[in-house]
Amino acid sequence: MRSVMNAIVVEDLTKRFGNFTAVDHINFTVAQGESFGFLGPNGAGKTTTVRMITGLIKPDAGRASIMGHDVEKDGLNAKQVTGVLPETSNAYIDLSAWQNLMLMGKLYGLEKMVRQSRAEDLLKRFDLYEKRAVAVKGFSKGMKQRLQICMALISEPQVLIMDEPTSGLDVQSSRLIRNIVADLNAKGVTFLLTTHNMEEANQLCSRIAIINRGKVVAIDRPEVLKKRIDSLHSLEVSFDKDVPQGDLLALQGIESVEKMGDKFRLYAEETARAISTLVDYTRSKKVEIVSLATISPTLEDVFVAYTEAG
Amino acid sequence: MMSGSQLSRALAIAEKDIRIYYLKGPVLIYGVLFPMFLFLAFFLGRGMPVDFLISGLLSMTLFFTATAVSPVILPWEGSMRTLERLISAPVSIPAILLGDALASFIFGIIISVVPLAFGLVMGVRVFSPVVLAAAILLSAFCASYLGMLFSTPPTNVPSNIMMITNLVKFPLVFISGVFIPIEQMPPWGRTISLFSPLTYMTDLMRYSIQGNSYHPILLDFAAIAIFTVIFMALAMFIHIRNMPKRL
Repeated sequence: MRSVMNAIVVEDLTKRFGNFTAVDHINFTVAQGESFGFLGPNGAGKTTTVRMITGLIKPDAGRASIMGHDVEKDGLNAKQVTGVLPETSNAYIDLSAWQNLMLMGKLYGLEKMVRQSRAEDLLKRFDLYEKRAVAVKGFSKGMKQRLQICMALISEPQVLIMDEPTSGLDVQSSRLIRNIVADLNAKGVTFLLTTHNMEEANQLCSRIAIINRGKVVAIDRPEVLKKRIDSLHSLEVSFDKDVPQGDLLALQGIESVEKMGDKFRLYAEETARAISTLVDYTRSKKVEIVSLATISPTLEDVFVAYTEAG
Repeated sequence: MMSGSQLSRALAIAEKDIRIYYLKGPVLIYGVLFPMFLFLAFFLGRGMPVDFLISGLLSMTLFFTATAVSPVILPWEGSMRTLERLISAPVSIPAILLGDALASFIFGIIISVVPLAFGLVMGVRVFSPVVLAAAILLSAFCASYLGMLFSTPPTNVPSNIMMITNLVKFPLVFISGVFIPIEQMPPWGRTISLFSPLTYMTDLMRYSIQGNSYHPILLDFAAIAIFTVIFMALAMFIHIRNMPKRL
């Protein structure tokens, strides 16, 4: 059986700015067709890593390759197979959506008929076709971001690298972008996605790396990462009347309590025992339980556990 | 040597630059209005021959316009955050610089038609149209890469770059035989004038229109070609080094 080729290979990649090491000997691979999430707090080194992988800045040590093309030595070929959505970039606001797409098509060396046909399809798919002749300066943030994704997709890349693709967008634009990412991934496009949005990473990524202070501190499938921190099992409970937080904390088996709106989150080592003592407490105080749910660790819990530990 | 595919991508960049930057304020102010006012301030009422005026105006206009677009583009793109997208595409930095220089080159040629047409209307006759055409093309190319060199400091504030640009351009106008013929300059002035590309551009314009020049015209062409190669090599070397600092 033929093994799946790695679309992205990162080996010992390191970047220093003066005395500050922004990215510190990180290693990971992304298989062809995989959707790989890159999570980390602000300043963790995500964007610097993406900029090194996309060949925008040179690493101080290590190497990266895309579809077998070394991004330093064979940068143009690496870029040719890659679509990039940089976090802080803009489309040309003095040009129309159509002109922006034609420019990108020409920069990727597409024939006129091909770039026109793809631009038309993309603009229709991203609901921008009616505005194709309007200068981008009149677009909303969501429209600009959708256009930028069209610009990243016009070359039909084998690898798509997106830095915070839905950051600051409205719900509809975010959902549209997520649906299209999932659709393209199902068709075999490889994704490297950086995001702050845990739900987005959970939905879209088959594997996740968590980076903190320039180092990869965890890398695995989301569900495996969640299982690694299962000591954080908790209950979420709400009552029909106010209950003092101190009463709940005093219950046997409850380790800590957080108030969240009209609910409490109770952390316990054994959830079954905690439920039993909670039910006894409500009976004794004549309080009704409105809702009760056991909560497994979320990706956010995983993220916090790994980034705070670092 | 640039491949054909990179050359076509450079042309796409030039087309983009023409659409976006020709009507930007700094380009029009420093590229069109400044040389016009400078000309009016120095030439009006001085009773100089029209052919001397027109050849000076032509070289000065070409120099100012062809160095007006190229310095603006990269700082502007850095500040508007379009640069990262551009260099994420499979286009080499020399191709990006060539595209930007071509936009500046074409702008210089288009605007230089204005003083030339003005001269023709005033009755000026062109002594050598072939030398004039070659001089305009080579001078515009040289000046556009000088403009690229001006934009090498890694700032994304276009006005900072325009300040540097004008700090260099204005003194060059005064030592290059535009206002005072080289032969009338003191010896130290003549020596300094040798280091200005504008000297050779102006000399070629004088030859093309008046039929006489201070230097042999082959020396003028060779000097401009050497300046072009130096500006091109320096611009590429420094831009490649500084590009990540703009992101």
